[in-house]
Amino acid sequence: MTLEAFTKALEEEFEEITPGTISPDSNYREIEGWSSMHALIVIAFVDNHYDIILSAADLKQTSTIKDLYNIVQQRVG
Amino acid sequence: MAIHQIHNISIDGIVTCVPSSIVKTVDYDLISKEEQNLFTKTTGIIERRVASSEIACSDLCYKAAQKLLEEFNCKEEIDILIFVSQSPDYFLPATSVILQDKLDLSNSCMAFDVNLGCSGYVYGLSIIGNMLQSGQFKKALLMVGDKSTTSTAYTDKSSYPLFGDAGTATLLSYKENATPWYFNLQSDGSGKNAIIIEHGHSRYPYNSDSDVIFEIDKGIKRTKKHLALDGMEIFNFALREAAPNIKKLLEYSSTNIDDVDYFVFHQANKLINESLRKKLKINIDKVPYSIDLFGNTSSASIPLTICHQLKNELISQKQKLLLSGFGVGFSWGSVICEVENVYTKLMNYD
Repeated sequence: MTLEAFTKALEEEFEEITPGTISPDSNYREIEGWSSMHALIVIAFVDNHYDIILSAADLKQTSTIKDLYNIVQQRVG
Repeated sequence: MAIHQIHNISIDGIVTCVPSSIVKTVDYDLISKEEQNLFTKTTGIIERRVASSEIACSDLCYKAAQKLLEEFNCKEEIDILIFVSQSPDYFLPATSVILQDKLDLSNSCMAFDVNLGCSGYVYGLSIIGNMLQSGQFKKALLMVGDKSTTSTAYTDKSSYPLFGDAGTATLLSYKENATPWYFNLQSDGSGKNAIIIEHGHSRYPYNSDSDVIFEIDKGIKRTKKHLALDGMEIFNFALREAAPNIKKLLEYSSTNIDDVDYFVFHQANKLINESLRKKLKINIDKVPYSIDLFGNTSSASIPLTICHQLKNELISQKQKLLLSGFGVGFSWGSVICEVENVYTKLMNYD
């Protein structure tokens, strides 16, 4: 999955967000209405697509969608 | 390794008793409408049953057992009573012993408590199954449930809207030549802080600090008497451990995923269960849910889901079930069992 496809697919998981409002450089914690529930959605999304389980410590190291993508790519690689 | 098989046992009936009082997620006013929607989307919880202050978990289990014993008319034949719960009546004596008396069971019936939560039903089946399989005992009552709602703080959005109360009773019998049941039970106490009530027992008895309110995060205020839940830790644990446990059990019992009629998972969170279902490539029709209407009912969630969703399926024909519970401890386990002509009932307490 490319970074763009990753961003789009993740955006689709956050159903309540208007399509096209998230970019790879978006700080995902600044998405309107962001809560701990969204973090669970991110973890489940990555697990479902890559069979990789991100921890709370992993998420703490990231701020943008691109950071998330990179961490996933490192694990896949 | 706690992978094992048990012969010569069967389930005769399962009854679940829930309080009639319904609490809806949309009425939890400490979170916004958007948060409520996201909460329901993620956890699946629309509403749950909450027992009033005068109803204990053992009352719910008692009512369920009373109905079951009435149906099977076998009170005198019960040799074993096990109460699996983390909300006993008292610090001591054991609630199972109180229930033995209340149910008017024989004094020659053994009774003891087991302190487990989400994995408790599967563990209870294993304990009773191991005792029954030799044929020395003929019938046993497994009473499983929790009243978790007394432990959560209203001001803690990470735990308060999650839990519901329920009590269950399962009647098991010795049955010669029954199809073997297969178990895979596991534990990892390094996860003890992920779900914990710190104060009130012998490690930290109640003291003046027990009532101090801590603000853990925005929307999360509680004392050390309350249940503390680290949602992300539990979520990670379940994603990491539940699927391998089930895969190993399927392999040990030489069972294909397609051979199993229904997978009944502990009802903690819809997102976890859906991830588990996708990981194991199970058809959605084979995974029943009860979390939408009853919340997370701890150890009662598996028998509750069976009573709520599989009543007709269990009474009419033979079914191969895979039951899997995972959570507080961490403690987790799965069982593959064949059941036939099982009486089930879901009832209100009042």
